[in-house]
Parts: sequence; structure tokens; C-alpha cells
Amino acid sequence: MNHFEVFGLERRLGIDAEALQRRFYELSRRHHPDFHAGATPGEQAEALEASARLNAAYRTLRDPIARIDYLVRLEEGRETNEGATDKPKAPPALLAEMFEIQEALAEAKSGGLDEPARRTLAEERGRLLARQGEEEARLTGPLSAAWDTATPAGRPAILAAFKQALATRAYLRTVIEDLGQALGDGDEIVAHHRH
Amino acid sequence: MTETRLSRIIGIDLGTTNSLVAYVDEATGLPRVIADREGRMLLPSVVAFTPEGILVGEAARRQLVRRPQSTVYSVKRFMGRDYEDVKDELRYFPFAIRPADGIVKLDVGGRQVTPPEVSAVVLKALKERAEAHFKEPMEKAVVTVPAYFNDSQRQATRDAGRIAGLDVVRIVNEPTAASLAYGLHRLSEGVIAVYDLGGGTFDISILRVKDGIFEVLATNGNTHLGGDDFDRVIMLWLLEDIQCRHHAEIVRSGLDLARDGEAMQELRLAAEAAKIRLSTEERTRLTIPFADFTYHQDITRADVERLIEPLVARTLEPCRRALADAGLRREQIDQVVLVGGSTRVPLVRRRVEELFGRTAHSHLNPDEVVALGAAVQAQILAGGITDMLLLDVTPLSLGIETLGGIVSILIPRNTTIPTSAREMFTTSVDGQTVVDLHVVQGERELAKDCRSLARFELRGIDPMPAGLPKIEVTFLIDANGILQVAAKELRTGKAASIEVKPTYGLSETDVERMVEESFQYAEADVNARLLIEARNEADTVLTHVRRALGQGSHLLAEEERRGITSALEELEQARAAQDRDLIRDKTTALNHATEHLAELMMDAALKGALGSKRAAEIMESQ
Repeated sequence: MNHFEVFGLERRLGIDAEALQRRFYELSRRHHPDFHAGATPGEQAEALEASARLNAAYRTLRDPIARIDYLVRLEEGRETNEGATDKPKAPPALLAEMFEIQEALAEAKSGGLDEPARRTLAEERGRLLARQGEEEARLTGPLSAAWDTATPAGRPAILAAFKQALATRAYLRTVIEDLGQALGDGDEIVAHHRH
Repeated sequence: MTETRLSRIIGIDLGTTNSLVAYVDEATGLPRVIADREGRMLLPSVVAFTPEGILVGEAARRQLVRRPQSTVYSVKRFMGRDYEDVKDELRYFPFAIRPADGIVKLDVGGRQVTPPEVSAVVLKALKERAEAHFKEPMEKAVVTVPAYFNDSQRQATRDAGRIAGLDVVRIVNEPTAASLAYGLHRLSEGVIAVYDLGGGTFDISILRVKDGIFEVLATNGNTHLGGDDFDRVIMLWLLEDIQCRHHAEIVRSGLDLARDGEAMQELRLAAEAAKIRLSTEERTRLTIPFADFTYHQDITRADVERLIEPLVARTLEPCRRALADAGLRREQIDQVVLVGGSTRVPLVRRRVEELFGRTAHSHLNPDEVVALGAAVQAQILAGGITDMLLLDVTPLSLGIETLGGIVSILIPRNTTIPTSAREMFTTSVDGQTVVDLHVVQGERELAKDCRSLARFELRGIDPMPAGLPKIEVTFLIDANGILQVAAKELRTGKAASIEVKPTYGLSETDVERMVEESFQYAEADVNARLLIEARNEADTVLTHVRRALGQGSHLLAEEERRGITSALEELEQARAAQDRDLIRDKTTALNHATEHLAELMMDAALKGALGSKRAAEIMESQ
């Protein structure tokens, strides 16, 4: 049973968050082991499994991005559990663009981060955050809407677009995190000086 | 559907400092704490291993100063812990703690015990308290643990239950238990933050409470931060002050305060008492008598706040992280609830209110609310409450160690439980029949920085070329937050033959042996307690009679004096032996033999009083 089936939903991305939560609470009342404490060991094991499946489905579907990621894997027939995903490949154009930032980062990591360099990195990080936001808005907005209205023939193209956008976002996140770490360490030192 | 009456389940708060047992009253539907015969709700989580037997609770607490080496307190700090985890704080404990194969053991009263065995003594006392209340055997319990307890700490708690003869049907997180108690009273709806600072542990949990569902959104904490640590910094400050101000006396007497278990225990208790008084008063005076001098000190609330401020600050970062994990800003929190005795400290309340930008409340007694919530959860499991459901989360990410010691996360922190993850494994050498798995819990990237939960061996794999076996391993975290691991070989379909074997912790055999030993103690413990009580009574009478003889033997005829002396000697002999009935009889006999002496002395005292009054009158008239 896939995550959409657990909630009795079609493979559509437009999901009403409040309705999903209501349904999650209803199904929890049905499956949660607490309400089967007096049942046979077999029934208890079933409740445990159903409850674990429900929790996993809710965790994925309530998050619009995780929902898309899951849908892509489902459509490609490689539905695995969380944690077992392959690292997506970043688009080549983006890699080239990031080359300079990566260099500055490497420098920062090896110890040298003066004030102008820090400012540049912080600005870069802000720009990338905005770009990540755009990518997410595109994923959850027009692309998701396109999926829900697409004909079967139109779906492969949307799936490809999803994959591209997801890979871009994942790559952006990694760079943003690295930048944050490089800057974050510095921030702490500044704070210490102030005291 | 026919209603089947399920057996009664009690709710237990197994605390660092105090423990309680509660149940839901069928008539009112409300949870109640069960008191002991003296009407006390709190059972001090203290266990004394004396030559006469095991004492627990208030009786054990009284042994803290008398027998520091064999009286165990705050054992919760050692539950499910490895020696490495706790070695830095061992010097603050007067009893000996040794490493023992992934756990620790305590050397107390010539006996070696594990932390679950010590906790079992506390649990058993609560079980007996409930049995005395209901006049029927109690076999099932819900036991609370800090939300931030890891798998080993939870397992250790469940083992403690088994050793005490209790089936722990559910481990519940303390802050969420508290939210159930509040929820039952309809005191909370919306998004609530539960700030729980107890004797030794700190938790913050953020929940959404809606239509009877208690959904935990995020939890964070520190299992080694609590009121004990407040006491410790106050104690160390006092120690320094004493060593400074009474330097001369200390040098003269050759006393090494820091290494004197009794003195340190005395100081710790004084520090605790001062902290408690300063929660309601602005200043207090401490008086601690030592052998060669008496220490006096005036302490203000400001002094204590200055000392504990860094500790209180350490609770705030987990709060911010929990908010971030829940995806909430502080303005989105509807209520802040304070749980745990340490939230009575005014500075704690102040800092929490500043952090969340709103008033925090504790309408329900912070000492009792966790036990009350445990009783509510027990009633849910017993089928007595059907409109409330707790959806809790796993506090720490669960992962496995992969090549190069890197952790691959299978279940991220704050995932709603129960939850499961599947992962494929294979062999790396031709003909390999065993695969090792290292499961860790924590948020760090390298396995060595996380808490090692268990090393599992997958055994019984058919010999095949390397890489050919496909072993699917399922990691399931149940509603207790405890991990279950199952494995099957997909290629050969040999599901049952893959054995999953944890390689350390308390084994099933260990626990069974402890269960057996525990039942052996049980009867000995009751006898020991009665014997100690008889001896204490004998001591009281002996002291009085010796003093009376010293002061008033001239009032007695020779024959009567001999009678008393021989009764006294008989009691002394009886006291040295083990027969408590004989001690009782001889105590009564001695009491009886001295009744006349007591009367004579009373008369003499009255006359003496008149005599001195006359003397006073004479002096006045002069």
C-alpha cells in the first residue's frame, strides 16, 4: 500500500493540509496500538504495522516537497523508504555557476575568512536562499498544478521537470548549509568578542 | 461488542529524586496519586543497602548521611548508561560506580547491583503501595521516562519493571504524560509547550492538542540536567566558603571535607534545602554542624541565581531547537506549561517566560502531574478512556554506521511513532554467514559521536559469493520508543533463520536472574525492615534508661536497680541477635521495669522545679 492509498487518495499533489490532518487523526484512532492493547498478539502486530505505515504516509504527504519527491519515486517504480534515496545529480549549468562560491568556501574552511570575504559569502547565501525559495515555489505551485491536470501522455515531461527542480533544490540546500556552517562559526567568534 | 473488563494498570512516575504511583478513579474519571500509610505522595527515589537488608524511600533517605557509601540516590542518571557517558560526574557520588560491559554497576553494601535493579526496588515499593490501596495484586504499569531518553535508557527502565515484577505495558514520555493530565482537565487546547525540568533531566515538548488527539510536533532536551545540578553548584560554593572561613579548624582536625562522604552528603542536603527555601523566600540562614565547628551562612536568592544561571541557560537552546523542528515561531505557541519540581525555582520560570514571551503556568502540581498523566495513559490502554490519544515522536535520529564510520540516518528525529524503516544489506566476502550491524542514535555525522545503541549480528546466512545475499532489515520503533530489529534473506526466502542478536546491554538471562534474585530479596526485605524498626525502638529505650540510671539511680532500692540493670543487659543481648520478636519482648520488659523509676524521677524533677522557683523568689525579694 503506497502513501496515497493509505489515505485513500489519488496520486495528485493538490492536497488540503487541514483535511489531511483530520484524516490522519481519524485513521490514528482506528490503527494506533493504544486502542488495541487488549487484542490478540496477531492483531496487535497488525495495528503496529498499520500505524507505522500511516505515520510514514502522513510525514511524507503533509510536506509539499517530500510529497513530490515521493511521487517521482513512486512513478519510477523505485519506491523505497526514507533514508535510502540516491543523491540527486546537480544540473551542470548550476555546478559551473557554483564553482566560485565553492572556492571561497574551501578557503573559508581552511581558516582564512576576512571581513569582505565574509560579506560576499553572506550575500551569496542570501541570494541562494531566495533561489531555493523560487525553486520550491515552482515545484509546489505551477509544476504540481500541471501534474494534477496532465494527461497520461503529458506526465513524463512533468516528471522530468520535477526531477530537475528537486536536484537543483537539493544542491542549493547543500551549498547553503555549507555556507551557513562557515559563516555560523564566524558569528560565534564575533559574539564572543562582543562580550 | 461485549465489554471485557481489562486488568487494572497503574501509572508510575519513576523520578530522579521522587517517584509516585497514580490511577484513574472509576467513579470520577479523574487521576489520583496513591499516598503511603503516612499520607505521603512522594516516595524518595533512594535505596539503602544495609547489612540488615534493603531500605527504600523515606527510610533510605535517612541513611544518606549515615551510610553514604551504600545509599543510592539519583540512580536514574545511570540508567542505560555506559561508563564513558557518566565518568565525569562520578566523583560527586559517594557510592562506587564501576564499568561493566556497556553498562555500569554500583558497589554498595558488599553487593554489586545494576541501575535497573536499584530502580526495581523503588518500583516494587510503589507496586506494594498500590496493592495495599486496591487490596489486589498489581501486575501492569505505565512508566514514564524523560522524552529525551534514548533506546538503552528506555530498555533499562523496562528491565527495572520486570525485575520488580511489573509488566511495563507502556513507556511514556514525561512531558507528554503531563499534557495528558492537563488535557483531561480540559486545561489545554491548541499548541502547547511543555517545559519539564526535574531532578536530573530536562525535556521540552511541543504538542498540538486538538479533538482529543495529543500530537507531539517536536521534542528536545538533556538527560543530564536538573535540580541535582543546581544542588551541586550550590554545594561546591558552600564547600569553598567553609574551607576558606574554617581553614584553621579544618587544618587542626585533619579533615578532608571534599573526600568525606558523610560531610559532602550533609552539604548536598543543606544546599538542596536552601534552594527549596529560596524559591519562596528572599534569604535564608544555613547552619551545618561539623565535628569541630559549626558553619553559619546567610544565603540570598540572588546568590543562588548567580550560581545556577548558566545551568538554566542550558535549557533554552533545546527549546529553540524544538521550536525550529516543529516549524513554529514562539508567537504560535498558545500555552507554556511548567512541569517538574525544579520549575518552582523563580529564575527558571522567569527565563522560560522571557524565551516564549508569555506567562507560563503550572495549574496542576508540578511534582504530581507526570504521575497523573501516566495514570491517564494507563486508563487509555486499559480501554477506560477512548476519546484521548497520544501520538508521540522519537527524540533522536536513528541510523546505522556505514563505510568510514559515517552515519546513514534511517529514521529522523521527531518522527511520529510507531515508525519503521527498511534497509538492504549484503555480504562483502565469499561464503560470509554473519553480517554485523551497528545501530546508533544521535544527531552527529560520525558514528563515534553518536550513542551506540547496539551492535547486531545477522546470523545464519547461507554461504554464497560476496554481494549475492539480499538481507532486508526492518527497524521498527514501537509506541514505547523502543527499537525492534527484524531481518530476512530475500534471495533464499529464509525469513526466520536470520537471527538478530544484540551484543551488549542487559541480556534476557541477566534480567531473568535479577527477577529471581529480586523475589529472594522480597521476603528478606520485609524481615530486615521489621528487624531494623525493632532495633531502632530498642535503641531509643536503651538510651533513655541509661540516662535515667545515670541521673536517678540513687532514688532506687538496690533490688530494683539490679532488676533494671539485668533487663537492660538482656535487651542489649537480644539487640545484637537477629530475633526481632525477642527484641520487642525485651524492650517491653525494660520499659515495664523502669516505670517506677520514671515516676520517681518525675517527682524529683517537679520538686527540683519548685526548689528553683523558691530560689528565684528569694533572689527577687532581696
